[in-house]
Amino acid sequence: MADGRDLLDLARRVAGGARDGEQVEAYVARTHDTEVRVFDGDVESLSVAGVDGVGVRVISGGRQGYAWAGSLDRDVVDETMAEARDNAAFGEPDEWYGLASPADAGEVDVADLDVWREDLLSVTADEKVAIALELERATRAADVRVRGVEHAGYDDSAIEAAVANSLGLESTTRRTLCSCSAFALAGDDAATQTGSGFSAGRTLADLDVDDAAGDAAERAVRLLGAAQPPSRRLPVVFDPLVTRSLLAILGAALGGEAVLKGRSMFVDREGEEVAAPGVTLVDDPTLPEAFGAVSHDSEGVPTRRTELIAGGRLAAILHNVYTGRRASAATTGSAARGGFKSAPGVAARALHLVPGSRSPAEIMASVPEALYVQSVSGLHSGTNPVSGDFSVGVEGLMVRDGALAEPVREITIASTLQRMLLDVDQVGSDLTWLPGGAAGMTLLVGDMMMSGA
Amino acid sequence: MIDEAVLQRTLAAALERGGDFAEVFAEDRRSSSARLDDAKVEELLSGRERGAGVRVVRDETTGYAHTADLTERGLSAAAEAAAAAARGGGSTTNVVALEERPRRPPHEVRDLPETIEKARKAALLEQADNAARSEADAIRQVSVSYTDSRRRILVANSDGLLARDDQVRTRFFVQCVAVGDTGMQTAMEAPGRTIGFELFDDLDPADVARTAATRALTMLGARPSPSGRMPVVLERGAGGVLFHEACGHGLEADLVAKDASVFRGRRGEEVASPLVTLVDDGTLAREWGAYAIDDEGEPAQRNVLIEGGVLTDYMWDRLRARKESRPQSGNGRRETYQHLPMVRMTNTYLLPGDDDPADIVRSTPHGIYCAQLGGGQVNTATGDFVFGMTEAYLIEDGEITEPVRAANLIGNGPETLRLVDAVGNDFGTWPGTCGKQGQGVPVSAGQPTLRVAELTVGGTADG
Repeated sequence: MADGRDLLDLARRVAGGARDGEQVEAYVARTHDTEVRVFDGDVESLSVAGVDGVGVRVISGGRQGYAWAGSLDRDVVDETMAEARDNAAFGEPDEWYGLASPADAGEVDVADLDVWREDLLSVTADEKVAIALELERATRAADVRVRGVEHAGYDDSAIEAAVANSLGLESTTRRTLCSCSAFALAGDDAATQTGSGFSAGRTLADLDVDDAAGDAAERAVRLLGAAQPPSRRLPVVFDPLVTRSLLAILGAALGGEAVLKGRSMFVDREGEEVAAPGVTLVDDPTLPEAFGAVSHDSEGVPTRRTELIAGGRLAAILHNVYTGRRASAATTGSAARGGFKSAPGVAARALHLVPGSRSPAEIMASVPEALYVQSVSGLHSGTNPVSGDFSVGVEGLMVRDGALAEPVREITIASTLQRMLLDVDQVGSDLTWLPGGAAGMTLLVGDMMMSGA
Repeated sequence: MIDEAVLQRTLAAALERGGDFAEVFAEDRRSSSARLDDAKVEELLSGRERGAGVRVVRDETTGYAHTADLTERGLSAAAEAAAAAARGGGSTTNVVALEERPRRPPHEVRDLPETIEKARKAALLEQADNAARSEADAIRQVSVSYTDSRRRILVANSDGLLARDDQVRTRFFVQCVAVGDTGMQTAMEAPGRTIGFELFDDLDPADVARTAATRALTMLGARPSPSGRMPVVLERGAGGVLFHEACGHGLEADLVAKDASVFRGRRGEEVASPLVTLVDDGTLAREWGAYAIDDEGEPAQRNVLIEGGVLTDYMWDRLRARKESRPQSGNGRRETYQHLPMVRMTNTYLLPGDDDPADIVRSTPHGIYCAQLGGGQVNTATGDFVFGMTEAYLIEDGEITEPVRAANLIGNGPETLRLVDAVGNDFGTWPGTCGKQGQGVPVSAGQPTLRVAELTVGGTADG
């Protein structure tokens, strides 16, 4: 595979088409994906594909337009450029519109990230299939109470992107990712429970199939016999996977766009105490162990470490070039897009809490009774990043005398995100990088409402 | 999009190494959107995507490959890759000569999106913004968007099927933020239809905006939601998504076959209150989940899933129907040509009953009246679901009283179906995007005003 030079050449060609008084940016991406699904010892499906695409942003007369196409053919790219130019005529002018200039990129050192594994590209389909089949087998074998595996699979992708703009800023990034995952069914028809397990890395050697299988089986089996407990207030221990999801929601509310447009619980709160003193929240895409690690953001600006909450105080919010200018701040290198189909927004890539000193076992031993939240559902419908209202469905277990006790189901926990941040009692020492834009760790929140029977 | 002879040769190439079935799915999609935020038309965005996926099925294994190159060379490369992924061998299948099926759309589309000037689309945004902001000073932020898409698809398979469809969808979205003494609240309203710009013949952007603004303002005065089990009355339209999640997914044949549905092996059994008749209907004209053919070329159908409380049938795609030697039900869908099809819902709704909606509230001494539900999620293997209520009120002594803050509803699908104890004579539907295994497709869900005798409400207040 090429080293992304061809993508950069194409991006440069598009950006070079800028007319007088126009700024033009091209984002060109190429993705190669494999998806394997197995069921009952057979390959259910094997999909292989590459997707190329371009997104063009044109700023002209203070107005912005965007167009994209799922093709890198010359005539399609030219048509996309013309369409973006035409679209720009219909927006309203905004003094802060503008592309990233070399000055916006700032004086930061560009992270030297090694997140591309060439060897993943030469792995045969048979080897990938073998991983998925082995994972399914191991999940079934992990516990006699596992009665089936709803799905097991293997996924990988190799993503290359280039950005170039008419102000002379350009960059290329590339990364590989692979993962295997299983979803176990335990128990009988009368009382089924489910659990998932996965393992992820940059290449095949990073994957731990037995670990993923063990997790899927254990997380399903330990919920067998779950009942609905009575409603009450109690401390809550979040599994690292759940903490990861909570951090992702906080990350969205800490994005410049949400804050500037009044759609965040953090509006006008910079410098204020927003969390317990033990909470320090950082986004750092320059950490190679983070799955969201990348050297440049999707406007071509180098990424960097940003402390968002420092010792409980709101220290910073994340910006791209536009929100940074509008907020009289600088970009934090946090421009992000959902592929070539959208213009850059703002997002965290490697969000994590600075770990505390206690292990998960020590945290559980620190409370007489608590609810251990293994997984949540309805997180997006039940969380309002503007009002902070928080109410989600929970599967988990009670914690008694420092250990996991009986499983519970059909319950919700509720609070507000503001309250939860202030009620963080313990941040675990078990920082774990997980796929997505955030890491997880065990978290103890002092007081929440559990609704049940 | 692709010449018939090329399709025929591509299918033959796909089956060259053996296999039971081959299919070419081609798609040409154009979309455009316009967004207003912070009192400003931010930008217009347009996109174009074109490509084809080739599927080869051999025994239990499906191989899939896709390409953005619709020339014969591109298609034959995809066919070879799909054949290799299906792992060759097995039976030898000949491609039956293609015969085009007539297209019978559920309704006609009048104003194709590409024939409407961009300035007209952008103008709708400002109407909505003005209307929302003039509702009250407390409306501090308004976001409005307009989106349209035209999706032309072609399906050809080794059984000789050749079918095409042209699917046009238009949607309008308004979100408001209201600020008051109690903090901030948001609310949204997002109507959409499977038609073109004629959506706005009888949809006033200002009305949509006022609905969203009023909802946000109402929620400003909301008190903490109660918690625990209680009766919940779902206003017409608002609760359809609950039945989509709580039982619709469990009636998808792929999940049933994998033992991942609580409704497995229960056809002919009573699974719901006798008041419940649940239908999935891809032919429902203009609805968000309507189409002429599914993404396997099969005509859309009206399928009765639960009749008078008795489970009558599941929903089927080609693969699952073939295994059980039964007809497909027109539910094989995929997000784009980059995805494999699977069993999906279309427009899923509960049929109206006999009760006056006002009487349903009057006969509820204490509970929750839910006027809008946000998204939800279900675990089909256990039947457990959750939903966010985005507009809800207390019912006290048979009357709707104060609004309550956003909270989740949690319950179990089969149990909730049994606990439906009143069904109104009104009806409403809501458009949405249904996600399954990472693929999103447009669907609608509907129901009359109805009551579930008991659901768990996940608020912060005791009792």
